[in-house]
Amino acid sequence: MANRSRLASIRETLFGDSARAFGTLGILLLLLLAVVPARDQFREWYRYQKGYLRLIGGRGDAVTLKRRFAGGIQQTWIPELGVVDRCSSCHVAMKEATLRDVSTQPFRPHPAIPHSLTAFGCVMCHRGQGVATTVEEAHRSTLAWEEPMIPARYLESSCGQCHMDKLTGTPRLNAGRGLLSRYGCVHCHSVSLPDGTKLAPSDDPPPLTHIADKTTREWIYAWLKNPQAYSGTATMPNFQLNDNDARDISAFLISQSTPSALSGAAPEATATPDAPALQAGASAYGESFCASCHAIQNAAGLLVGGDLGPELTKIGAKAKPGWIRQWVHNPKDYDPGTAMPHYRFDDKQLALIGGFLESKTDSDFLANVHLETATAGQIAHGKQLVNENGCASCHEIKGIRKPDSFAPDLTTVGSRPLAKIVFVAGMEHTLPAYIEGKIKQPRSFGAALKMPQFSLSVSQIDALVTALLAQTGRAFSLPSRLRVAGHPMSNYEPAGTAGRLMHELNCFSCHSINGRGGDMAPDLTFEGSSVQREWLLAFFKNPNTLRPTLIRRMPKFNVTDQESAVLTDYILAVYQTPSVDKDSAWPSPEPADIERGRQLFYSKYACQACHIVDPKKDKGYIGPTLTHVGSRLNAAWIYQWLRAPQSLRHGTIEPDRQMSEADANALTAFLMAQKGQEAKGK
Amino acid sequence: MRTAAMGVVALSLVLANCSRPPAPLIPKAPSATPAAIVEVSGGKQLATIGTPLEQPIVVQVNDAHGTPVSGASVWFRAPNGAVMQPAWGITGSDGQFTTSLTIGSIAGRYKVSAATEGASGKSVEVRIDELALGFEENQGKQWSDLYCSRCHDPESSAERVSNFDNLNAKPHAFSDGAFLNKISDEDLLALIQHGGPALNKSAEMPPYGRTLSKSDIGAVLAYIRAVADPPFEPKETVFAQRQ
Repeated sequence: MANRSRLASIRETLFGDSARAFGTLGILLLLLLAVVPARDQFREWYRYQKGYLRLIGGRGDAVTLKRRFAGGIQQTWIPELGVVDRCSSCHVAMKEATLRDVSTQPFRPHPAIPHSLTAFGCVMCHRGQGVATTVEEAHRSTLAWEEPMIPARYLESSCGQCHMDKLTGTPRLNAGRGLLSRYGCVHCHSVSLPDGTKLAPSDDPPPLTHIADKTTREWIYAWLKNPQAYSGTATMPNFQLNDNDARDISAFLISQSTPSALSGAAPEATATPDAPALQAGASAYGESFCASCHAIQNAAGLLVGGDLGPELTKIGAKAKPGWIRQWVHNPKDYDPGTAMPHYRFDDKQLALIGGFLESKTDSDFLANVHLETATAGQIAHGKQLVNENGCASCHEIKGIRKPDSFAPDLTTVGSRPLAKIVFVAGMEHTLPAYIEGKIKQPRSFGAALKMPQFSLSVSQIDALVTALLAQTGRAFSLPSRLRVAGHPMSNYEPAGTAGRLMHELNCFSCHSINGRGGDMAPDLTFEGSSVQREWLLAFFKNPNTLRPTLIRRMPKFNVTDQESAVLTDYILAVYQTPSVDKDSAWPSPEPADIERGRQLFYSKYACQACHIVDPKKDKGYIGPTLTHVGSRLNAAWIYQWLRAPQSLRHGTIEPDRQMSEADANALTAFLMAQKGQEAKGK
Repeated sequence: MRTAAMGVVALSLVLANCSRPPAPLIPKAPSATPAAIVEVSGGKQLATIGTPLEQPIVVQVNDAHGTPVSGASVWFRAPNGAVMQPAWGITGSDGQFTTSLTIGSIAGRYKVSAATEGASGKSVEVRIDELALGFEENQGKQWSDLYCSRCHDPESSAERVSNFDNLNAKPHAFSDGAFLNKISDEDLLALIQHGGPALNKSAEMPPYGRTLSKSDIGAVLAYIRAVADPPFEPKETVFAQRQ
């Protein structure tokens, strides 16, 4: 009772009449209003901002830093990029270069990058939730948000949203895009870059239409079971086929094979070459620079050679007797699209090289393979398996149509919603972890999945994940002015007889011309402006390397005089740059000019650091040897090269010396005087 | 300069964040009392931020006579953000223990320590340095691999024969901190931009001012500073000390 009367009296005091009630409510309202700003005192960002002020308080430049500091929620809003970032509410010192020594986050300044932080915002590169105002929601994916921050390991992927070109700063992204092509991922998966360029495969899976000419059913069986057992560097992944499936596929592949147009040296009786013949074969293999493209394991188990063509360590276990000879005689008879050039070998050379390669065998590889004659049922089952496994996505097979988009399109895989992903138990629930898992062990996501098992190193997988994470939906909605185009391969075709010859010799496998071709050998787009006719004619007959330290060299194709003349004339007439007039009259040099050029060469420009003019004295071997340069290049080219090397060959490492006209003239005179004594004697 | 500072930053970060106390181990008694722990391999590696080191880190526990001790417990401490896998374990019969390290997301020098329990419960430890390259240093490394290392790196690789021996003035390796740390940023930039003669050095060092952009040369400098051994410590740290 006493309580009740006390309550009544309090009520009387506060709300006794309308004036009292109004006053009380007014005070309550004021208190409530005061709570709203006070609430911010408990926010994470407020705590961090207080911490920042404490941190800079004792520093020498505290006044400047404090002046630049703005409290409260900070926001970067870039409507055209869809960026709303509040990261700088906590990361307050991102632009304070003087705080380089600060190690505690969120107060570290941002490391140097080529972009302005305010023009691009944070989430463009780091992803995460820009609008969030708590640490947890901004950085990690919680219930309401989809996209966590991207781990530093894959950070280069964000560059790939705009950059289609190969940036120097993003080796991992470049490697990943290369691998998508090199390992044939894009045969099955379609991947388009944000500018619409479709990634094209750069591997060269052989057609299987004449496979019975090349190899046996037993080899196909063993290869299908485990390609890496035959060659550790094999591109073909392991489809983890069981014995019966491998048996039936091999039966079908043999059954669909038809004889190829292979001609040339008929297989001789299977005489095993003796030791001297093997030695001679190894020499012929070396002299023909087969190792520029093909690798063979040496006695120490190390691979020696390039990776443009398949590894040949066990080729003798694969190829039928005589097939290698026929193939080397003219590979295009078997596979018109092959990257292997048509060497003009004579029968003796073919026998030597063929014998040498046939001796590269491995008796264990097929030791346990015994196959019965295939039944019609097995062949039919094999055909069904070939269809189911999408073999024709990569290989040409008779009676099987190349499937369109056999596997899911990966163009926007980098922003696939987590809600749509089924994770394997124990896997981290993030997109990078999912993609990595898919590449590492695709079948762990379900035994019925078709993606085969690749043999990739950790860094290769990292590179692939980086390249795939660059395929975001955001990349396609960005303004096109931000996109930096790549250099997709052109479809340039040289014309006429020379064009046919270049196709036969597969110049494009190593050389690039007008945006098409490989990067193993020099770009020849302007070759016609640089070299002299006599030199080029002789070079085709007997290519000598100009760079003594190069391991991969131009092979000798045994071209005829007439073929050499056709190629030379075509190159000289067509592959020219407008900035060099090779036929311009060049004044015959005075001895004084030559002497001045010599001094410039050896002292002012110290060219001997990289080039050799006098083999007795000079040792530099980064650039080409210049002992014969006067009979190789023409004066106008040398002059222009000295003035601006990158204008003639993009990306050449010869530094631009900003050479004066007079210096360039004198050096040209000196270099043109280097005709090479031996050359004259011949 | 900025990068070099970052190295120092990471260093202090390491010292400030000595993480994870050693996990309790229940090992068998070691074969002898450990007296020393030494690095076998895996130190001074370069890696991009966020990536694993290419080679594992291998340490060995020795007793007072220098004989390997098997069954000794070893624990690693790495700076925040770096992940050791595994972070502790027991040495094998050869007295060695192997672990792999994934670098964190901050560029700079990562000081890893490996420790074991020595006589009378006192721990003995060894410091192992690893280098993490950020975007700028990594870009510098790419340029360096293309333009600089042909002469500045005396070692040849399978793909590249070093030109070091062919030069009259022997170039300094970029890791030669004892020499390069003494040259100021401005001088090094001028040297790369205008060539050796800019600093009265050999003309065999050509100018790159028209071949590489200013920011590219800055990246190369950042790389040189990052890989310096002994570490580069910038002089102008006026604002870096608390008063």
